[in-house]
Amino acid sequence: MNEGLILALLLSTASAATPLMLAALGELVTERSGVLNLGVEGMMLVGAVAAFATMSQTGSPLLAFGVAMLSGCALSLLFGVLTLHLMTNQVATGLALTLFGVGLAAFVGQPYVGGVVKGVEPLLFGLDPITLLAFVLCGGLWWFLGKSRAGLLLRAVGEKPAVADAIGYPVRRIRYLAVLFGGAMAGLGGAFLSLVNTPMWVEGMTAGRGWIALALVVFATWRPERVLLGAWLFGGMTVLQFHAQALGLAIPSEFLSMLPYLATIAVLVLICRNPRTILLNQPLSLGKTYHPDR
Amino acid sequence: MFQLETRPVPSATMRLLSPLIAALLMLASGFVLFTLLGQPALKAFYVFFVQPLTTLYGVGEWLLKATPLLLCSLGLLIAYRANVWNIGAEGQLVMGAIAGGGVALAFPDVSASWLMPAMLVAGVAGGMAWAALPALLRTRFHTNEILVSLMLVYVAGLGLRFLVNGPWRDPEGFNFPQSRMFHEAAILPLLHPEMRVTVAGVLALMLVGLIWLFLSKSWLGFRLTVAGQAPAAARYAGFGERRNVWIAMLISGGFAGLAGVAEVAGPLGQLQPSVSPGYGFAAIIVAFVGRLNPLGALLASLLMSLLYLGGETAQMELGLPAAITGLFQGLLLFYLLAADLFIHYRVRRSERAPAAVLKEATR
Repeated sequence: MNEGLILALLLSTASAATPLMLAALGELVTERSGVLNLGVEGMMLVGAVAAFATMSQTGSPLLAFGVAMLSGCALSLLFGVLTLHLMTNQVATGLALTLFGVGLAAFVGQPYVGGVVKGVEPLLFGLDPITLLAFVLCGGLWWFLGKSRAGLLLRAVGEKPAVADAIGYPVRRIRYLAVLFGGAMAGLGGAFLSLVNTPMWVEGMTAGRGWIALALVVFATWRPERVLLGAWLFGGMTVLQFHAQALGLAIPSEFLSMLPYLATIAVLVLICRNPRTILLNQPLSLGKTYHPDR
Repeated sequence: MFQLETRPVPSATMRLLSPLIAALLMLASGFVLFTLLGQPALKAFYVFFVQPLTTLYGVGEWLLKATPLLLCSLGLLIAYRANVWNIGAEGQLVMGAIAGGGVALAFPDVSASWLMPAMLVAGVAGGMAWAALPALLRTRFHTNEILVSLMLVYVAGLGLRFLVNGPWRDPEGFNFPQSRMFHEAAILPLLHPEMRVTVAGVLALMLVGLIWLFLSKSWLGFRLTVAGQAPAAARYAGFGERRNVWIAMLISGGFAGLAGVAEVAGPLGQLQPSVSPGYGFAAIIVAFVGRLNPLGALLASLLMSLLYLGGETAQMELGLPAAITGLFQGLLLFYLLAADLFIHYRVRRSERAPAAVLKEATR
């Protein structure tokens, strides 16, 4: 194999990994605060359509990415109000958010089907700015969650909200911030899909990436540095699928497209096989509603 | 100043009222949405919610779309009662369609009366098999059934696409990715010549009664409900968790599979790359709006079916995007979840600010 091909493979793996990495890192922070948001898929889709619509209206990638993050935030705020203030079941609300997001994105995106926008230019070593940002984010979160005081507080809220509350920390506000961060990152991941990966809008174009991102958080045992590994693994799988035909593998394309989904299941089995792995790493209050009874 | 206060006893009235409140709020949002889209709201309402039901054919379509929603949600409500989160009904529906449709394609010359029952059984088995995977992985390897059942939705969809693009493609179908049309014995009879709804609708209605009996009278139904509402009590009573997961997944998968085969042996009449406009996902909403109760699911499936139908009518008559259906469905579930707050909590209006009360007390 020549170097050019290897470089091309690496670059396409990077751009396939980036949306997964962004969404998974956002969800990781949300889950570390004890909130399980199953609406990642919906937020990504809305981010994708918002970015595409903004880009075709204004032509400004900066604005497009910004609007995508804001719309992801808006959806996660809705989730936050329902689960943190109205104390709804997090699983059901997250599902509702995904179903709503799928509907909303299809509705908003109807006029943009078939439209084309100019893709985002590479910045450094053939990598686009968002991919670089994803790496920085990964390192930053590793530092934030592991080394910083604010990160420790976030983790405390995720483990024992009642204790954090008793000491006087604003549990609800911290959880809101974590949920909003998750929304912004999912929106950005979605925008990456519709502006960089394939500069166009197709209904349901995330194709389950939001759910794969959720699985990645489990795979990473809630550690940001391991999200990098997982996302690259899945990115590689996606690239393999495009290059398999070129490499002369006579496998029907549908079976190759199944790979990321089957791999997600396989990875979940590997990690969850030993229940202690999950028990030791999962935030203690994950998915549980906290109601400060006064 | 308003405060939330835990009710001493969950409100039974609110449990029944909250779906109605949710539906009303959804309609109110529709009013706002139609106005924003520059449509006269009243006319849009008429086109969306009334006009589809003004013809006999329209009523038939309404029942036709309600059937798979009802079938899927009947299974899902059992699973959700047992706290087993099967959200892959869409994939189980597709597998039911593949298995049942496969039987029809395998016996093109058979016109005997055993063919249809064989197809239905195959459909149920296909759905069950697809739901058995998440059950197996959860009970053996502790994987989360939400993620696994959802991943399998995509795998099933791709499997169907492979079949209709490759081995099962109609050789005389001008290269369209679809199977040949099923022969007469492989098609469910219609309820009425002017409507497209099949006997599957009646079957679903009978299953409503059966599930009601199962949940309220049978030991197994009781076990599942206890396991969902009080896991600790269920463990203490010796109700094995593994068996509950298996039963909940198999029942919900079987129902979704039945819905799938009824679609291909009914309105579709063949296997196509897509056999459902998301019935399996919409059925999650039906199960919740129906209060995880079979009779409630019946009513909720009629409402959700009307949303599908209204979306189509609004697209044809007013040029509104059909995707508005998904928006309404999502809103409905959001409003329901929010309204459910008042089952367990009530709003109290504190007459005076706490500080004033304190001042008075210490005077």
